[in-house]
Amino acid sequence: MTLEVKNITKNFGGVVAINDTSFSIEEKQIYGLIGPNGAGKTTLFNIITGNYKPSSGDVFLDGVKITKKKNYKIVQAGIARTFQNIRLFSSMSVEENILIGFDNTAKYSYLESMFRLPRFYSNEKNIKQKAYEIMEFLDIAQFKDELATSLSYGSQRKVEIARALATQPKLLLLDEPAAGMNPNETHELANLLFKIRDHYNLTILLIEHDMKFVNHICEKVMVLDYGKTIFEGDIKDAINDEEVIKAYLGDFKHA
Amino acid sequence: MFPLSRINLLKLLLILSIFGFLFIAQNNFNDYTIRILNNIAIFIVLAASYNLINGVTGQFSLEPNGFVAIGAYVTALALLSEDMKWELFQLEDPHPYILALNLDLIPALLLSGIAATVVAVFLATPVFRVRGDYLAIVTLGFGFIIKVIAINTPEFTNGSIGLNEIPSVINLYWTGGIAILTVIFMLNIIYSKYGRAMKAVRDDEDAASAIGINTFKIKTLAFGTSAFFEGVGGGLLAILLSTISPDLFTFFLTFQLLIIIVLGGLGSMTGAIIGSVIVIGGMEWLRFLDAPLSLFGFDFGSHPGLRMVVFSVLLIIIMLFAREGIMGKKELSDIFKKKGSK
Amino acid sequence: MDISTFIQQLINGVSLGSMYGLIAIGYTMVYGVLRLINFAHGDIMMVGAFAAFFGMSILGLNIYTGVLFAILISVIVGVLTDKVAYKPLRHAPRISLLITAIGISFFLENIVNVLFGGTPKSFHAPEFFDQTFTIGDAIFTPLVFIVPFVTIILLLLLLALLYKTKYGIAIRALAFDIKTVALMGIDVNRIIMYVFVIGSSLAAVGGVFWAISYPILTPYMGIMIGLKAFAAAVLGGIGSVYGAFLGGIILGFTEVIFVAFFPEHGGYKDAIAFIFLIFVLLFRPTGIMGINFEKARF
Repeated sequence: MTLEVKNITKNFGGVVAINDTSFSIEEKQIYGLIGPNGAGKTTLFNIITGNYKPSSGDVFLDGVKITKKKNYKIVQAGIARTFQNIRLFSSMSVEENILIGFDNTAKYSYLESMFRLPRFYSNEKNIKQKAYEIMEFLDIAQFKDELATSLSYGSQRKVEIARALATQPKLLLLDEPAAGMNPNETHELANLLFKIRDHYNLTILLIEHDMKFVNHICEKVMVLDYGKTIFEGDIKDAINDEEVIKAYLGDFKHA
Repeated sequence: MFPLSRINLLKLLLILSIFGFLFIAQNNFNDYTIRILNNIAIFIVLAASYNLINGVTGQFSLEPNGFVAIGAYVTALALLSEDMKWELFQLEDPHPYILALNLDLIPALLLSGIAATVVAVFLATPVFRVRGDYLAIVTLGFGFIIKVIAINTPEFTNGSIGLNEIPSVINLYWTGGIAILTVIFMLNIIYSKYGRAMKAVRDDEDAASAIGINTFKIKTLAFGTSAFFEGVGGGLLAILLSTISPDLFTFFLTFQLLIIIVLGGLGSMTGAIIGSVIVIGGMEWLRFLDAPLSLFGFDFGSHPGLRMVVFSVLLIIIMLFAREGIMGKKELSDIFKKKGSK
Repeated sequence: MDISTFIQQLINGVSLGSMYGLIAIGYTMVYGVLRLINFAHGDIMMVGAFAAFFGMSILGLNIYTGVLFAILISVIVGVLTDKVAYKPLRHAPRISLLITAIGISFFLENIVNVLFGGTPKSFHAPEFFDQTFTIGDAIFTPLVFIVPFVTIILLLLLLALLYKTKYGIAIRALAFDIKTVALMGIDVNRIIMYVFVIGSSLAAVGGVFWAISYPILTPYMGIMIGLKAFAAAVLGGIGSVYGAFLGGIILGFTEVIFVAFFPEHGGYKDAIAFIFLIFVLLFRPTGIMGINFEKARF
């Protein structure tokens, strides 16, 4: 299993945000985390990425325990994420935003950059090359030097995904990637994610509300309601599950 | 190894012309002007390094006067001969370590930088681990504590009397040269993965750590680097002034640097240079405000301190109406780029 | 040291600490509501002291009207600072606000310097404060009892305001979640103004007390005191009014006892506040009262 989430509970003061939740994701799977608003999906994400510490329970990446590790270390271990509200670095170009993702692979020291020693030049060239490859793959290379936040919404999404890919993750977490997109864009995004999954050998976990999108792309889903798993399995079965219907009260009829 | 391209040849030309200018200045300008140029050069060193933690990494800090003081004292003590020390120290005999401290110019300056950096790392660790918010207050307090320590350890610093007759071993080539070096180092850092990480921390710290950046390490790196060059600048200042005392390195020094980097553009090294020229030049020009004033025939009398009022109002106005300063976050080279980076 | 000297130092410490507390409350409330360290706050205290000086020596006011005058001027300066410099930057990056606060601080110091001249001013308190009386071996002045007494009264009034009135509830709500309060139709800027009124008034009272205790006034006196008061606020737990007072008392007491026990190191007493600050950051960042402002940022 690429990701195993085991008996995670998270309390915020008196509120139980996540209530003894478990699930697991297999390699190269595209897995959907769905549920009504406020169910705790983003909280769960934040626990996996290390931004929150769970009150109890564990998270395993490729069998290695990553619970309670600092979040930048978890990124280095192979989990990358995007945000619901696209957080690109506003003062930097598209290329620079993506280069930052690669920076952990650039192996030159502080002094080497200050004195411009040879290793600096070779490493920079290397990561710039890799960054360009990702930009070409995602069809955003023409925006390389533009200010990242000046792009269209859809393109910014791509930049954010590119930046996450630059960290060379095993598992990619996407927080509502289809938010704000029309059906055409959503369809394109789904195809893009398939392409990425295949090319980069990734496992993908995403939070989504757009059920058509989830239906199209997710091989498996987990439905969260009030912090508890109420269903895990095939999306076709999810639609017919009584608990799920109760939680959503009819959303699935429109899938 | 050093890529020979048109850009690099231009940069080389720029540096050579600056040295050319310094040569002309050193040999032709009067003492007053040379003193101002020296001052500007030192402030460029200080402003460029202050810009790294404040402007590039976005961590609001008020550290310069403290690290400048450390650097000044270390260099002064290192350059003074043993005999001089016996003569100057009046409150208490100089401590054996102080007597043993005898270095040439370059090692003295390096030691100044290192001393400042060591202190910086100690200061930064509790702050960056917890609440970056408090950096300003801690560094502000630190500036005062340094003064307290300087006054209360006469066997190291000669207490409130301070040190004078510091040998005058530098000239415009030194200050100008070190200024150029500092700017080059800063730019090298900025255009590297470390600079990118610093800017990322500034733009969105949470997103930065979500992308794998160890924000604590980056902030400490930036802060330590700023401290190093501020220490070196302090050493240069001590030599230029030839006399230093604990109450010389007041908050006003930090305030001037703040105005310089805000005016020039937080995060821009070009801006720091421009700001230094304008503010240091301006400080001289505005001296008339502190003397007896008469305008349109009305005699306003003498109000020392008016200059400072003008500067504080200037800072407030810039923050309210022109927050980006002259250069914003850009460098001179960005303006010449083809594609539209803002 | 014998028991009566110790009691004397204890009371002196509580008195000094109360003054720190009065100023610390302003820092803690503004931080709670705006997440801003109002660097200019220590200078507001200085303005209060100078206003009282001006009122009493030039306008001929007595001590009571002098204090009221000081409060008036400080409140005006404090509210103006917010309206002119902080309000326009409510949605600007944090660093802009901090830089502006520094600018205001510097401005206040230097405008007072220009208006009053550079020589230190001598504050003449009514003779009532010059009396001394002894209890056992300990010597006291009236002020040393008046300060803690008045401070506690003011503190109780403030707590009553914060917990029993609708204005107080609004202020406390603002400290928790400013966006939601705005959505509730409450005039956020007005509430913030009240916070500045309260903080500035208390700082003015502190300034007058300070002027009576240490009658030499300079335009730059607010810097050090402000720094220490902020450290006291952090020690007690930034955002907590109890904490500000508590932190002030602890700091004042520690300073006095330190000087009493180690007079030869007296020069280092100013470093105590700084050491407390570092200690709190290292071992208990939320301070004694433990208020935690870390909200979900994701």
